[in-house]
Amino acid sequence: MSDPNASMAAAAPETVEKETYLGSDLPPAPGDKEKSRSLWSDAWRELKSNKVFIISLVLIVVFLIMTFFPQVFTFGKDPMACDLTKSRQAPSSEAWFGYDNNGCDVYTRTIYGAKASILVGVFATLFTMLLGGFIGVIAGFFGGWVDSILSRLTDIFFAIPLLLGGILVLTSFPASDSTNLYSEVAKVVLALGILGWTSMTRIMRSSVIQVRNADFVVAARALGAKNSRIINKHVVPNSLAPLIVLATISLGGYIGAEATLSFLGLGLQPPVISWGTMINDAQPYIRVAPFMLFFPAFFLSIAVLSFIMLGDAVREALDPKLR
Amino acid sequence: MPEPILRVENVVKHYPLTRGIIFKKEIGQVRAVDGVSFDLMPGETLGIVGESGCGKSTLARLVMKLEDPTSGQIWFEGEDMAHLGPKAMRAKRRDIQIVLQDPYTSLNPRMTVGDIVGEPFDIHPSVLPKGDRKRAVQDLLEVVGLNPEHINRYPHQFSGGQRQRIGIARGLALKPKIIVCDEPVSALDVSVQAQVINLFESLQNEFNLTYIFIAHDLSVVRHISDRVGVMYLGKIVEVGDEASIYEHPSHPYTQALLSAVPVPDPVGRDERKRIVLQGDVPSPANPPSGCRFRTRCWKVQDICAEQEPPLVQIGTAGGQYAACHFPQERDILDNDVPTAALDLSEMPQE
Amino acid sequence: MSEHLLEVDDLYVEFRTRDGVAKAINGVSYTLDAGETLAVLGESGSGKSVTAQTIMGILDMPPGFITGGEIRYKGSDLLQLPEKERQKIRGAEIAMIFQDSLSALNPVFTVGDQIAEMFQVHRGMSKKEGMKRAVDLMEQVRIPAAKERVKDYPHQFSGGMRQRIMIAMAISLDPAVLIADEPTTALDVTVQAQIMELLQDLQRERNMGMILITHDLGVVAGVADKIAVMYAGRIVEDADVLTLYGEPAHPYTEGLLASMPRVDTKGEELYAIKGLPPSLLALPPGCNFNPRCPYKQEICLREVPPRQEVAPGHGSACHFWEEVYRARTDSAS
Repeated sequence: MSDPNASMAAAAPETVEKETYLGSDLPPAPGDKEKSRSLWSDAWRELKSNKVFIISLVLIVVFLIMTFFPQVFTFGKDPMACDLTKSRQAPSSEAWFGYDNNGCDVYTRTIYGAKASILVGVFATLFTMLLGGFIGVIAGFFGGWVDSILSRLTDIFFAIPLLLGGILVLTSFPASDSTNLYSEVAKVVLALGILGWTSMTRIMRSSVIQVRNADFVVAARALGAKNSRIINKHVVPNSLAPLIVLATISLGGYIGAEATLSFLGLGLQPPVISWGTMINDAQPYIRVAPFMLFFPAFFLSIAVLSFIMLGDAVREALDPKLR
Repeated sequence: MPEPILRVENVVKHYPLTRGIIFKKEIGQVRAVDGVSFDLMPGETLGIVGESGCGKSTLARLVMKLEDPTSGQIWFEGEDMAHLGPKAMRAKRRDIQIVLQDPYTSLNPRMTVGDIVGEPFDIHPSVLPKGDRKRAVQDLLEVVGLNPEHINRYPHQFSGGQRQRIGIARGLALKPKIIVCDEPVSALDVSVQAQVINLFESLQNEFNLTYIFIAHDLSVVRHISDRVGVMYLGKIVEVGDEASIYEHPSHPYTQALLSAVPVPDPVGRDERKRIVLQGDVPSPANPPSGCRFRTRCWKVQDICAEQEPPLVQIGTAGGQYAACHFPQERDILDNDVPTAALDLSEMPQE
Repeated sequence: MSEHLLEVDDLYVEFRTRDGVAKAINGVSYTLDAGETLAVLGESGSGKSVTAQTIMGILDMPPGFITGGEIRYKGSDLLQLPEKERQKIRGAEIAMIFQDSLSALNPVFTVGDQIAEMFQVHRGMSKKEGMKRAVDLMEQVRIPAAKERVKDYPHQFSGGMRQRIMIAMAISLDPAVLIADEPTTALDVTVQAQIMELLQDLQRERNMGMILITHDLGVVAGVADKIAVMYAGRIVEDADVLTLYGEPAHPYTEGLLASMPRVDTKGEELYAIKGLPPSLLALPPGCNFNPRCPYKQEICLREVPPRQEVAPGHGSACHFWEEVYRARTDSAS
């Protein structure tokens, strides 16, 4: 048989590889001075080259500017400055989107309406993500009876339709005359969040269960790591991706749900401006002044769509099966 | 005679099979490990071989105290590990470390190599002052043959063999006395496998390590082990020093297993007789009565179904033990294969 | 020159991925005759499976592109045939078995249905006839109680039995060529021995040509007639089995053989080929093996070594094959 001859033995176990060929997955690509590439930064690189992501990101940035600096778009017009004589005037060069029933500029109000919708969306998402994610981690990581109890609880809440629950919560709230935007928003966030966390819990739980028994968790346990460390360092970072995707998509859903509740007269109340309340206002005049309905509804759709597109792009970038 | 560093005594691990979601009903047990005993001497390498489902990986987890045995004791340096409190156990973990099979899943993909190899120092902060850690991690990377400058890279930037080196560096960090290697080279390509095996051997010499080397590849186990235990359906059926097991196996299963291993040499391949076993390994949820190997054994007699053969010493030289009613030494390249075995191979049974 | 049953001639395949072009196969040629077992030996990424997929016509295209070469089966180039013609050949003339039998079988049909379907689709038989043939075949691959088990689903069989069912399906239409892609890698060693023996028996009975794709030097030594060793998309050495194991003339083959631990001897420290297999996205210039080669000289960095005839039927793609060859004969004497 072939014994390694002298020349081979001399060259034998030289094992330090520091030269150019660092493994099959490592092409020394031009310009890529290959240092530290985390999975998050890989996902970001992937996102940057995705057209859908860029389009949705631009739209979302525009909506965020509307939220925090509406003046940028309204040229200093006041959404509350209304002139009843202009009631339901059609769009013109003076008022691009026309005037509503009270003679307020629909364009200005649509811009200002972004604030309530976006705030509800963002905070409802944050609320459900934190609450749902937390319960999901606990249920998925510890398993056993903890999981049984939490999962059944989740199932019970999951069985109640989101809107029905929202209506129940909002109608049972003591009617306040508060006109403060933030307390109104908080009310709606609570109404949506109290049922919305369940899907976050479910997705986080299943994702944690997948990671819980991963070899790197076994290795950490073998080193003597405590549960808190295993959860924070190993389990959560590796199970977060599906939650982030769901959260991005849900954000659009919450904006839509807020509009629905406001349309039903339960969510945000006038004088708070939101797309939902505007659609509600427009509803009786749908035949005579369809533009009153069209513009806020259009903005609403675009906002929902951009978050869903963002979610899709993020999913594509984070899904390990597609890379 | 030196004291064994690890003593495993009649260890049993049964997993309940349950049905129902809320009200779980036990409908049976998987007998993953069913009464295993062995001593591990300091500085030696004990190889554990067996086919999938024989319980060798569960055994590794029991030794690591990642799972608690259903019954039986594991003594480490004279201390019963079951009686250690959580704090004492965490300290003990420094002495027994593990290297896992799959280099792709055993490293946290969201941590840098520096964080992965340095994690043992985070968990046991008393081992090393904080300022020295980076240096220590870089030293470890160098020891396992990786470039210490790659400390900020992530696992997916390395190939399988390099990742396995990272896993080994992590296992070495706390200067353990025992390393349990659970199929550490089976996921690697042949040319890289040899590098990693050599690394294990040179580390053993350098740091005076004791290995439990679990693998299904009998050639690799022979190469690295001093003693070898053969497992079948949760039991050790034969154990002994490497030379006796491989040169003079006495348990029929060991003989069959060895004769089935393909030899990378075509010379005389047509003369080489194999014991081709009939059928598959029975389910560990429902093992055969008596001797567990009897359903596939060509020497089977009535007694095999009635009595479980104990592990008894074979020969006079000492050190070789087999659990068989009819043990017989046999040279693996011997040609006098029992004809019954060959006939039966025509009709394998489920 | 006589015609071979199957001839792969100077085949080139590449994958166009986001990260660049991966050159998976770079000029591979081999031949197969009836009743012959050719082992294609190589590590992951060597292109051994891609070659087989190209022969079968099951390569994912895109991202895969065949950029050159011919695959002649009984004299006609498969790559030029219209898809309809190829479908007739696939399965009936050239069949393939895979490593992962669980995912290769459809979980919602019984194994009998799946074997019988081969006869229904290709031979126009009735379901009843097909089922009868299915039982016959299951007996031929030595599945006990075939009559009863023909109605079982894939998950009710063990890994070894499922691999037998895959083999039954593959040989159902009497193919002239059987491609086995790592057929025993997922199996335990005792079951592996059963399957290899079965494959060998079937091949002899039916005088099939068999291409065995594997990374396992032990399996190859047991069954192959001739061997092609692949590295980074090229065949680096080809020879009959005794010559290749006894007198390798390529440093990669030599290194592989020396790096295998053996069950029949304890052995000293293993020889380890240094370094890692190259990335297919950025192959080293010249000889692909040069960064890992102990015989490397300056020419290896510049020129791709062509196949050189060491002896009739023994080729090595190494600039210094004579040295590899001589170094051994010297040390042996």
